[in-house]
Amino acid sequence: MPHHVKSKALSHLRICDFTGQLAGAGATKFMAAFGAEVIRIEDPSNHGRWDILRGMPPYVDDRRGPELGGPFNNHNVGKLGISLNIKTEKGRELFERLVAISDCVTENFSSGVMRSWGYDYDALKQIREDIIYVSNCGFGHSGPYEKFKTWGPIVQATSGLTMSSAIPDQPPAGWGYSYMDHTGAYFMAMAIMLAIHHRNRTGEGQYVDVAATEAALTLNGPVLLDYTVNGRPLRRDGYPDANHSQFPAMAPHNIYAAKPVPGSFDEAWIAIACRNDEDWHKMRDVLAADGCDWASNDAYGQLSGRLAAQDELDSQIAEWCLRRDPFQSAEILREAGVPANAVQTPEQRIDQDVNSSEARLWPTIRQAEMGRLRVDGIPAHFTKTDWSMTRGAATLGEDNDYVYGELLGLSQDEIAGLHEEGVI
Amino acid sequence: MTTSSNPLAMMALDDLRVLEIGDERGAWCGKLLADMGADVIKIEPPEGDPSRQYEPFADDEPHHERSLFFWYYNTSKRSIVMDFDDRSNADAFLKLAGSADIIFDTNTYDPVGRLGVDYHQIMSDNPGLIWCTITNFGFGSVRDDEPQTDLTLAANGGFAWMNGYDDHSLPPVRGGGQQAYHTGSNYAFMSILTALLHRDATGVGQHINVNINASVNVTTEAGSYSWLVSHSTVQRQTGRHAGVAPSMPSQIKCADGRYVNTGIPPRRPAEFGLCYQWLEDEGLLDQLPEAALLLVGAELESFSLADVFRGDNEELLAIFGAGREAFDLLASKLTAYEFFTKAQNFGFQVGVIHSPEEALEDPHFVDRGMQVRVEHPELDREVIYPGAPYQLTKGSWAITRRPPLLGEHTDEVLDKL
Repeated sequence: MPHHVKSKALSHLRICDFTGQLAGAGATKFMAAFGAEVIRIEDPSNHGRWDILRGMPPYVDDRRGPELGGPFNNHNVGKLGISLNIKTEKGRELFERLVAISDCVTENFSSGVMRSWGYDYDALKQIREDIIYVSNCGFGHSGPYEKFKTWGPIVQATSGLTMSSAIPDQPPAGWGYSYMDHTGAYFMAMAIMLAIHHRNRTGEGQYVDVAATEAALTLNGPVLLDYTVNGRPLRRDGYPDANHSQFPAMAPHNIYAAKPVPGSFDEAWIAIACRNDEDWHKMRDVLAADGCDWASNDAYGQLSGRLAAQDELDSQIAEWCLRRDPFQSAEILREAGVPANAVQTPEQRIDQDVNSSEARLWPTIRQAEMGRLRVDGIPAHFTKTDWSMTRGAATLGEDNDYVYGELLGLSQDEIAGLHEEGVI
Repeated sequence: MTTSSNPLAMMALDDLRVLEIGDERGAWCGKLLADMGADVIKIEPPEGDPSRQYEPFADDEPHHERSLFFWYYNTSKRSIVMDFDDRSNADAFLKLAGSADIIFDTNTYDPVGRLGVDYHQIMSDNPGLIWCTITNFGFGSVRDDEPQTDLTLAANGGFAWMNGYDDHSLPPVRGGGQQAYHTGSNYAFMSILTALLHRDATGVGQHINVNINASVNVTTEAGSYSWLVSHSTVQRQTGRHAGVAPSMPSQIKCADGRYVNTGIPPRRPAEFGLCYQWLEDEGLLDQLPEAALLLVGAELESFSLADVFRGDNEELLAIFGAGREAFDLLASKLTAYEFFTKAQNFGFQVGVIHSPEEALEDPHFVDRGMQVRVEHPELDREVIYPGAPYQLTKGSWAITRRPPLLGEHTDEVLDKL
């Protein structure tokens, strides 16, 4: 399907959207790519700066300003943008008219912000009986930490994901970015769509409480059951050991230094995993053919022997990995049937990996002030209602005429008047 | 602590039948569907899903019904055994496919090719069917027959480049918990729900092609957009965002040897004042000569962070430095948990770095129902699983049954076809 055709998957849905940053904005970005009409509301009195990403780097050129930030654009592709000061009487009236014609209201403010404006679920339900209200905040809307504040790294820290990302005898490495802002947004998108399906079946709207920390907690995996069933905590000597594989046990399984790639950085790394003895035997043959006599050590023939001598095995493999750049070694291993890849730099994975172009992963959009640039696409394709991305993040109030004029029926004069008064 | 389910409650997806055909890469997607009420029928080969052989095992006793890995990813599902090498099963497979709303597969077992059934016929006989394929590089990719694991996909797709330490002689770090597979499954579930809402409106199903490598690629925040927007490359740093330029450390070891992430240290006038007050509360003012600077900071007119980053305003730099010194001193006197809760009560975005089990036992998450008890009658025990990733107030999440025994539901499913 050509990418400029707008998806009809969700084109029957309208979302009245207060989300921002990435933890919220990512959810409605996904739905907008599939055709949902997402109307993003921003406060004109501070130029939408509640969203701290507005105007933040990186930038496409030397210009700076709230409409020129790369991250904000990336996370708000395909949404409509209106300005609305909800602290004014007329602003509240307009908001309520919007709610009345929307399927969902979405936000990721700190707990209690919507309530302080007088718009909790019960108030929204008064406006539209079957409204779906999805609120996403770090610790959710009840419990001892309800008032605590988070962003991605805090969510990751408190849920276990930071601690489990480490190698032995080192402090936590954590995640080098807000994994849980992305993934919190994924769970928010799931929650929105689950509630819509429920409404489709029953006619009922509802309130949904999404806590990114809880989504994160569920992502720890079997290590949690190792504790609840076997009483074995991850906080113990020699662990976490994230580059080795305990569940399932594999060896070798690590990230090794490699010869730098010409023209790239002065460090390079390769990830290698032998899933079973068969993989190891294939790798052993590659190594033996390359003069590594140690690889034929009988003790390495079975997993138990490789696990027992894991550190020595790692140092021997590390020596071999330094002979070539990681792309060369990975290709040799994969040809032999052994899982291996370079630790790719952003340039390598985005612009040099054939899979990026096959997947049409980085669509070029146009944003009113930044012009044409690439953004994160969607890593899936549909045969009938595929996604599209063509328009970048809306500038402040870019869609006021459409939303206030066409959807709410205001005249041009009325819209101009509201603008004059600072309502929009 | 909550129990796992209320058998009378409606669940958001309990109108759906799902066939799960595949390995561990898609099992998380199946759990997300099943714990929302979908009747997820996992079709296993006669020897069982490979992950039944994965560590860890209950009581460390290896057995295909004791794998905690399998348990984790297969709650609320049913299991049937079907041998795809036996073509006499083709008819039963077609009937199952005809009864399904959703099929998802990881292109591991190739039921279509091995049973000799016609994919297009299945789709046209059941026009509402949503068939989602989850593969390493997308179905049909030139790379799709390459051997890969969670680790190698995390390396290829960008996770690993960004995680690690300031000391670049240490390797990049994968992150715990098979997040490459999780991310592929998260996108599969979102995609299935998208196609489901389209089907609700039109009755029409379709095929979805989910790509795990691509899912990792677009889950890397600044790693991708720094390159896309400005052709700059982020570099890994201990416990904080990989950056194009180095940033200040944000992970502190506390008095009990555990760590906190200090998030964003004091940077507004009111926060300098609160920081001073916190030192005073702990009786630590006399141990920090720079504390007076915090009072100066508290009296400042508002300023732009750009003034700080420019680095030429010595007073501002000294005030910010005092804020960091104060956090370091407080951390050296408090446990990580005390530092976290006290800091948050002053309004600072700080996080204790819990291990996974500490998170599960944290009073907040216990209060929120994140420990769910599930009966395992064969072992005569209750097992605690983590709870809901989102709290719907209607049609909500539940673990409706313990993970299935191998082929436990073969007869009851096939007899009803």
